[in-house]
Order: sequence, then C-alpha cells, then structure tokens
Amino acid sequence: MCQTFRMALHPLDQGPVESSEMQQPVRRDPAARHRLTSLVLALLIIWPLLRIAQFDPAVIFEANNLEVFGNFLKQFFPPQTSQDFLLLLLKAVIETLAMATAGIALAVVLAVPLGLLLSHSLSISRLGPGPGRRLGQGIRTIARLLLLFLRGIPEIVWALLLVRVFGLGPAAGVLALAITYSGMLGKVYSEILEASDTRPARALLLAGSGRGMAFLYGLLPGTAQELTSYTIYRWECAVRASVIMGFVGAGGLGQLMDQSMKMLNGSEVSSIVIVFLILVLMADAISFFCRKLLA
Amino acid sequence: MNSPVSAANLPKPALPLLGIAVTALILAVVFASFYYLAFNPLDLFTVRAMSSIGGFVGRFFPPDLSAGFITKVAQGTIETLAISAIATLLAAVFGLLLALPAANRFGRPAQQAVRLILNFLRAVPELVWATLMVLLVGLGPFAGTLALALHTIGVLGRLFAETLENRSQAPARALVLSGAGPVTAFLYGTLPDAAPQLLSYVLYRWEMNIRMATILGFVGAGGLGQILYYELSLLHEPQAATVMIAMFGLVMIVDAISSKMRRLQIHAAG
Repeated sequence: MCQTFRMALHPLDQGPVESSEMQQPVRRDPAARHRLTSLVLALLIIWPLLRIAQFDPAVIFEANNLEVFGNFLKQFFPPQTSQDFLLLLLKAVIETLAMATAGIALAVVLAVPLGLLLSHSLSISRLGPGPGRRLGQGIRTIARLLLLFLRGIPEIVWALLLVRVFGLGPAAGVLALAITYSGMLGKVYSEILEASDTRPARALLLAGSGRGMAFLYGLLPGTAQELTSYTIYRWECAVRASVIMGFVGAGGLGQLMDQSMKMLNGSEVSSIVIVFLILVLMADAISFFCRKLLA
Repeated sequence: MNSPVSAANLPKPALPLLGIAVTALILAVVFASFYYLAFNPLDLFTVRAMSSIGGFVGRFFPPDLSAGFITKVAQGTIETLAISAIATLLAAVFGLLLALPAANRFGRPAQQAVRLILNFLRAVPELVWATLMVLLVGLGPFAGTLALALHTIGVLGRLFAETLENRSQAPARALVLSGAGPVTAFLYGTLPDAAPQLLSYVLYRWEMNIRMATILGFVGAGGLGQILYYELSLLHEPQAATVMIAMFGLVMIVDAISSKMRRLQIHAAG
C-alpha cells in the first residue's frame, strides 16, 4: 500500500527498481502445466482422427501427383472462350437460374400450408378449453416431423436419388430443391408467424373469424416483409445449390463442370468457375437489392 | 362531430401498382422457368409417374441391417466425423494465420492480397474443391479433408479477421510497450480476449462441415457419401437406405446438440 503510494508520487524515481522487482516471480507462464495437459489430451484425440482421415500431406508433394495437377492447372490460363462453348455456358447458366426459381416456387407452394399448419398463433383449439385440442396437437406434431424429414436430408442426396427416377437433367434438381427447401421454408415461416405480434390474429379468432381470414388480416400484414425477404434469401442459396447438384447429373452449370473435369479440360473448368463466381455474385446482388427494397 | 366508423368514410387505399407489377413479374419468371425446363409438376400426379416413384421407393425397403453392413456404415460415419474435425482444425489454424494480415497487422497491401485469397477460397464451393483435390491426392477421405479445409479457411479467416479488428488492442499494446515481442503480445494480449468468439465460430463451422462431409463422398472424397454413391450405382437400394438413415441420424444429432448449445449461449454465432 505504502509502496504504490510512493510510486504514484515519484513514478520516475521508483520506476526501474519497481519493474525489475515485479518481473522476477512471473517469468514462467503460470498456466503452463494446464496448457501442456490440454495439448497432450488434444493430441491423443486428434491422432486417431488423422489416421482415419488418411491425413498424409506428403501425398500432395509427390512428383507424379504434382505434375498431373500442375498440367491441369496450367490449362486454366487462358480460359476457354470459343463461341460454341460460351453458348453452352449461357444455356447452363439460364438452366441453373431456372432450376433455382422453379425449385423455390414449388417449395413455397409446399411450405406455406405446412408452415400455417404448424403455427400456434392460428390454432383455434389453443384459444381455450374446448374440443379438438389433442387433434390439433397431433396434426402439428405430424407436420413438424414431416418438415424435419424433408430438410434433414441434403438436397444433393435427393437429387442423386431422383436422377434415378427422372433421368439425368434438371427435373430431378428442381424436385430435390423443392423437397429440402420446403422443409426449411416451412419451419422458418412458422417461426416468423409465431415471433411476430400475434394479438391481431388472436383477436380475430376470438371474434369468430376463420383461420384463413385471421392469417390474411391479422398475421400477414405484419410479417409479409420478413417472409418475402427470407424466401428471397433462400432463392440465393438455391442458386448455389443448383450449381452443386449438377455434379450428380441434375443439370445446369454443375453438370457441365463435372463433364469438363472428367475430361481434364482445364480451360473449360476455369471458364465455368469464373462464370459460377459471377453468377453467385449476381444472385447475391439481386437478393440484396430485393431485400433492401422491402426494408 | 364524431362520425361513425364505417367502410364508406374510411379513406380508400391506393391501388398498390408497384406491388402488382412485382408480383406479376415474379409469376412470369416462375412460369418462364418451368417452361424453359420443360417441366410440368402436374405430370408427377399421373398414374405412370406415381407408380414408377412408388416402385423406386419400394426397392429401398427393408433397409439392410445385417451386422456386416452396419459396421461398414459405422466406419463411414466415424470417417465423416474425422474428415470434418480435421478439416475444421486445419482451417482454424490456417484461418488464424491468414486472419492476422487480413486484420491489417502487416500493412495495407498484405491485407488486400490476403482478403482476395480468402474471398476466393470461400467463393468456390466445397464440392468443387473436392473434385480438384481428388485429382491431386486421389480418391479417399484425405481429398475430402483438404477440400473442406480450403473452403473453411476462407470462411474462418474472414470471421477471425473481423473479430480481431473489433477487439480492443490495448492489452497487446501494453505488453509490447513493456517489452514483450509481437508473438507474446498476441498470444497473451489479444488471444485470451478473442478466444471465446473464435471458438464459437469454429464450432459453428464444424457443424456445417459435418453436414458437408456426408455428401463430399459423391465425388469420391470419402465418408458416408462415398458409400451411398457406391451402393446406389450398384443398384443396392436396401444398403443405400441404411446409409441414408445414418446420414439423417448424424444430421439430427448434430442439430440437436447445436440447438442445445445455442440455448446455453455457448455458441452465439450460428
């Protein structure tokens, strides 16, 4: 106490002495032992994981692998710009955008009824004691499980399966998007409807209106903006996803990339990657613009 | 003076012309999309389509639950987890290394260059990286690990850089002024403050990577996806059904854990 007081009075006088005294005991990291134990434990867990993942950086630098990959990369410059190929690319881009749009449209058609069904704020049986409470709860549970199943399996897995029914091409991709995204949209729609101000809808229901009217006049005005904005955001995600789904043969840009990749045609791959990046940026911009317009 | 409220004396709302135009535009684009793809969803409800879908679904039942195949699927699940864990760990290490220049610790030119690299890594999807890595290191989980790591470096590098920029520089500066080296100052001045946020980003990305690792196998990058792709191409639907159940279960478990953790406020990022 006394010392700190003196230091405050004569900081320059006491400075050097003070600091050398203070540094002595804390030379070593006080938590060193703890840190070492954690490190050893972490390594014990990570080692088997590395083995399972066949982690071996040396493979990357094997002369043979580097040569094949290097030659492939060398072809990236210049990108393929022949007219035929650019036409093919344009078609693939339009197909990708059409897949995303059609997929989201179908997803919305499926998600709206499910989302409404799931939303507690439109439940008449929940207003008070009365018949139908258990039935309502049962239906909501079924709807929730259905949505969980729809979105629990990634879209590309659906695409892989559907390609076997509908053949190679965009139809499988559209349906795969519709399935997974209806699950996501339905869940988020119901969450938005419940998180908003539910009193107008409740008042309408109490006054005897039907669920449909209560939704249209009580819930929709307050939530339309958020619902639309989320749907547009999902469209943006669907554009990315529909590129990816081409890898299992579901049409669009991805299918083109898969073909060029299999033929080790680097210049085509680099053109496709560039177009893909532009497409994603464009979808980003469109989605951002639309959501800004809504806000 | 109080006039009774009735529909007649309320102001008439203006016709929402912009809204109508936008709705019409969206509907036109949607119909154009279906037309371009020559895809009519109503065709799904014909007897022929229904029976072919029904027949296809029927082939998946019953799933193959023999001990031998269950073991294989369990190994695939562990491989998927290993791929995602190692990839996330690699990405965390390299992401942090790249986040330092990206957070403007080494001057403007370095920052711009590293940001460009991070953006590129992030913009190329995991599956595209996976096809490239399969070319480089051959089929198997290592390709998947590298692919996931590359994409995740881009994501984490940017998030880490933002975190480092937003944290107070005072503790690190105090250490430097009292004679510590830059590395010590970072480790003891900056890192302890930023660590919880960084960790929550890493956990959030790990969650995403587990999902992603299940499907990277479609291009030969190991894990459950590779088994699914293989069994489906041999028309072994009952086996494929088992793999899909495992995928679904894995995603559900990860979902449940992450929502529980989010409720506990441990990882606020996702």
